[in-house]
Amino acid sequence: MRRLFGFWGGIKPDSHKNESTRLPVAKAPLPSLLTVPLRQNAGASPRIMVKAGDPVLKGQMIAAPEDGLSVALHAPTSGHVRAIEARAIAHPSGLAGICAIIEPDGAERWVELEPLDAARTSPEQLRRRLREAGLVGMGGAAFPSYVKAGGTAIDTLIINGAECEPWITCDDMLMRTRGEDIVGGAIMLRELLGARKLLIGIEDNKPEAIAAMRAAATRADPGLEVVAVPTRYPAGGEKQLIRVLTGLEIPYGKLPSHFGVQCFNVGTAAAVHRAVSRGKPLISRLVTLTGNVAEPRNYEVAIGMPVNELIALAHPQADTDRYLMGGPMMGFALPDLAVPVVKATNCIIAASPTLFPAPTPEMPCIRCGACAQACPAELAPYELYWFARSQNLGKCQEYHLFDCIECGCCAFVCPSRIRLVDYYRYAKSSIRAREKDKLAADHARERYEFRLAREEREKQDKAAKLAAKAAETKAKLARASAGDESAPASESDDKKALIEAAMAKAREQTTPALNTDVHRMTAEQQAQVTVAEARHAAATATAAKDT
Amino acid sequence: MLNSPYITKPASVSAVMFKVLAALLPGIAAYVWFFGAGILLQIALASITALAAEAAVLAMRGKPLGLFLKDGSALVTAWLIALTFPSIAPWWLIVLGVLVAIVVAKHLYGGLGQNPFNPAMVAFCVMIVAYPQLMSQWPAAGFTDFAAEFRAIFGADRHLDAIVMATPLDALRTVLRLPETRATVEGVLGSNATFGNIGGRGWEWVALGYLAGGLWLIQQGVISWRVPTAFLATLGLISGAFALVDATQYAGPTFHLFTGGAMLGAFFIATDPVSGATTVRGQIIFAAGIALLTWIIRTFGAYPDGIAFATLLMNICVPLIDMRTQRPVFGRKTGKTPDGRQP
Amino acid sequence: MITALLVMALGAVLLGAALGYAAVKFRVEGDPLVEKIDGILPQTQCGQCGYPGCRPYAQAIANGDADINCCPPGGEDGIRKLADLLGREFKPLSGEHGVEKPKSVAVIDENVCIGCTLCLQACPVDAIVGAAKQMHTVIAPQCTGCELCVAPCPVDCIAMVPIAESMDSWKWKYPVIEIRKAA
Ligand code: SF4
Ligand code: SF4
Ligand code: SF4
Repeated sequence: MRRLFGFWGGIKPDSHKNESTRLPVAKAPLPSLLTVPLRQNAGASPRIMVKAGDPVLKGQMIAAPEDGLSVALHAPTSGHVRAIEARAIAHPSGLAGICAIIEPDGAERWVELEPLDAARTSPEQLRRRLREAGLVGMGGAAFPSYVKAGGTAIDTLIINGAECEPWITCDDMLMRTRGEDIVGGAIMLRELLGARKLLIGIEDNKPEAIAAMRAAATRADPGLEVVAVPTRYPAGGEKQLIRVLTGLEIPYGKLPSHFGVQCFNVGTAAAVHRAVSRGKPLISRLVTLTGNVAEPRNYEVAIGMPVNELIALAHPQADTDRYLMGGPMMGFALPDLAVPVVKATNCIIAASPTLFPAPTPEMPCIRCGACAQACPAELAPYELYWFARSQNLGKCQEYHLFDCIECGCCAFVCPSRIRLVDYYRYAKSSIRAREKDKLAADHARERYEFRLAREEREKQDKAAKLAAKAAETKAKLARASAGDESAPASESDDKKALIEAAMAKAREQTTPALNTDVHRMTAEQQAQVTVAEARHAAATATAAKDT
Repeated sequence: MLNSPYITKPASVSAVMFKVLAALLPGIAAYVWFFGAGILLQIALASITALAAEAAVLAMRGKPLGLFLKDGSALVTAWLIALTFPSIAPWWLIVLGVLVAIVVAKHLYGGLGQNPFNPAMVAFCVMIVAYPQLMSQWPAAGFTDFAAEFRAIFGADRHLDAIVMATPLDALRTVLRLPETRATVEGVLGSNATFGNIGGRGWEWVALGYLAGGLWLIQQGVISWRVPTAFLATLGLISGAFALVDATQYAGPTFHLFTGGAMLGAFFIATDPVSGATTVRGQIIFAAGIALLTWIIRTFGAYPDGIAFATLLMNICVPLIDMRTQRPVFGRKTGKTPDGRQP
Repeated sequence: MITALLVMALGAVLLGAALGYAAVKFRVEGDPLVEKIDGILPQTQCGQCGYPGCRPYAQAIANGDADINCCPPGGEDGIRKLADLLGREFKPLSGEHGVEKPKSVAVIDENVCIGCTLCLQACPVDAIVGAAKQMHTVIAPQCTGCELCVAPCPVDCIAMVPIAESMDSWKWKYPVIEIRKAA
């Protein structure tokens, strides 16, 4: 038996997992239109490679990874690209993002798939495959998997099947039904990272999943260990699971790989297996539909499926007043139901006032310390609340605001019903914005001072030149008067020379200096200018044609 | 639009406060048994005054009445005041005390959650300084004549001779301090049958009642075990140490723990969340500090019981204690990795 | 009595000398206060405060010549920070210097621009590029939104466009507490 470690705090909410595990996983039908957001992961967007009207095949790459932490994006089915435009996407802000709108043709024609033999492929090639198959963490944070698979000196690989949030069961069902895929992907990742140990952590409230995974593990590799961890939210948080399984605490600002640990979600492991040994990119995932619905169930959903068409499958009850994406602890209420399912979507919950009662009014903090008892990051939530409320952002940072994982345990237990996490989110985004502004201001100051210095230098240059010229002319005049005292002609020559010099100076002044900056432009600026000039040329051309 | 988390534990401030009130009941029962039902009159008086004062101030401050009246914090303050004041004190004394607690100590500092001092203890200190005489007239144990108590509380002329008796702490202090007598602890406490077995007749049972209620509060998760433990351990240790040195001049731990307000202080006063320390180490320091100061005031001070003054003194230190005892957060503890690996 | 006076006087002289020495010895180059104030100002360099740039305004505040509420781009937030730094009362933005506007960038209509270079000379942070007689363009990430380029343009082709909220600039709002409403 493996020795398990504890972590401070945590809570035990009602799990509500049985509702959605009664029915087997079903495949959701294709919607009339798929909306595939370009940017689905932390980091940069990939570069779009299709345009409106293009036909696409199922699994065809529609956006290629570029720099930043981008990963590829694929058509979830065969059909036509209708448009590339901004649509509302799943984000608490309700803002729009660029999406590819794809109209399925129903034929589900695949592109040609290229399975790899993991044993005979180089690590670089495997990582490239992960990137080109569009793999991101499927537990919620959507961090590009190829980056995490590139860690060195990894000792322990952890596959996270804890799934600690109430209501969500997609990982549970995945483990019950596709244990082989998960184990296969996990073993690939272990080889890729050169890890010695491979642990699969599952909360002990999922006995079926544990049994299924144990069976799959013993078949594949007896060295693989399936560990049942005590059920306590947020045991499935990356840091908490690492702590439980290895005893290591990963501080804010450090990555697990710094400690020789790497952690992947079970969904990601299964997707790795599919991407490598079947060549299939990440174009669908399991999503739990639950809450105030007649038929809670897990569905295999194409990425880009609009949420409103998806929830119709589960028949929401009449008193449903909003829908949550993610779990009730860390998810968010959807501002718009037309938003699509993305790679990180694990659950849609229909909320009703009975299931999720409206919060009672906020009372003042009585400093009871219940929040500190519950905080898995071992912070002092009441102090953070106090500072965030009074906008004392510096103090917030002093009390380690950014170590907060926004798990919501503090707000869950607070007897004063304070919506603590709201304050932390506010303070965090204010601090980030402030730092960004500060950076921009520093940059502007630098450029301004540079300009002032340049102007000063130019003035001095000019003055120096002027002085030199004057001296020269004087010398010439002196020479002339010394050579021939009674020579008016030569005097007029001198005057001519003077005028010449003045004119040259004037010429000099009109052309140079102004665009000094042009020569100092960065590549990026050059590119912008080129683009602008191309636009301008095109506009002039059309104008010429019109006349 | 509301943000996560969307679920919460069914906890509320009023639930916490009403549990505290319930936990006081065993102690009150013992009080009634030994000292008569007068205390119930005082509790009723205090409660009514507290609610009226709370409502009036809330209305003046433009705060929602229903919400805050229901929270029960005013009632807790009122009950604590009633239990720490003599049960035969005239009615206006307790009314005044409650007004001081609610209006000055609580709302002038910003109301629920904002008061740096424990309101009940502020009331006690103000009253004992202003009316030292009235505040030290305690009923004798076994005197349960309700009519007489009623007269003492509401009557114009108070014939208290039959009722009043010095509390054990009082008796001990006054007698030990008399220079001409060569009194000993043994002599004072043992000579009088009314002083009971350990903490004073009657008082020890009331203390046991508080102890029972307090243990229930710990079991309910309302208060942490650390505060009472640190409090009682410190009081026991310091009194025990001095009793070892000179048992004739210093009363032992059993007496100190079971007399006066020690149990009430340990489970109901030092545990007040608002005015107390909040960190784990801070709570221990805070409670131990109150216990230590209490013992010092009891032994060397001019007032019969030191809990109230000790609490206020430690309340002043709370911001400092809290600041200096913040725990290291997750991942920032040094040397806690099992195999000593560091980034 | 005399000795006491003498001792006191000597003490005063000694202390004064020590302080004076320290002032000379440990003098900080430049004025850190000006630096701090300048650090708070948004560096828009727009001159709306009545000074030719952020730093001169910072200098004026430090000298006590200017009030802290003259910087419209910095907004209330900026005034609050200045008030904190200087230990003064917060006061609302003085209307005479302009109002706080949403953050904007200049956009040059490239079809109208005649390439006169006037805007280029006006821009305090060199955010406009382009050579004479060629079309100019604004490098948006470098533009501080100071509007100084708008007036000099002879063909009025520069417009200030507010920066739209994007996924990256979106912020969580301050939680609204609704005790009264709910009760
Ligand atoms: S749980 Fe709520 S009331 Fe208690 S200390 Fe934390 S924030 Fe304050
Ligand atoms: S949300 Fe943050 S402060 Fe609250 S319990 Fe979780 S980690 Fe701690
Ligand atoms: S481009 Fe115009 S608005 Fe932008 S910084 Fe330069 S002068 Fe100011």
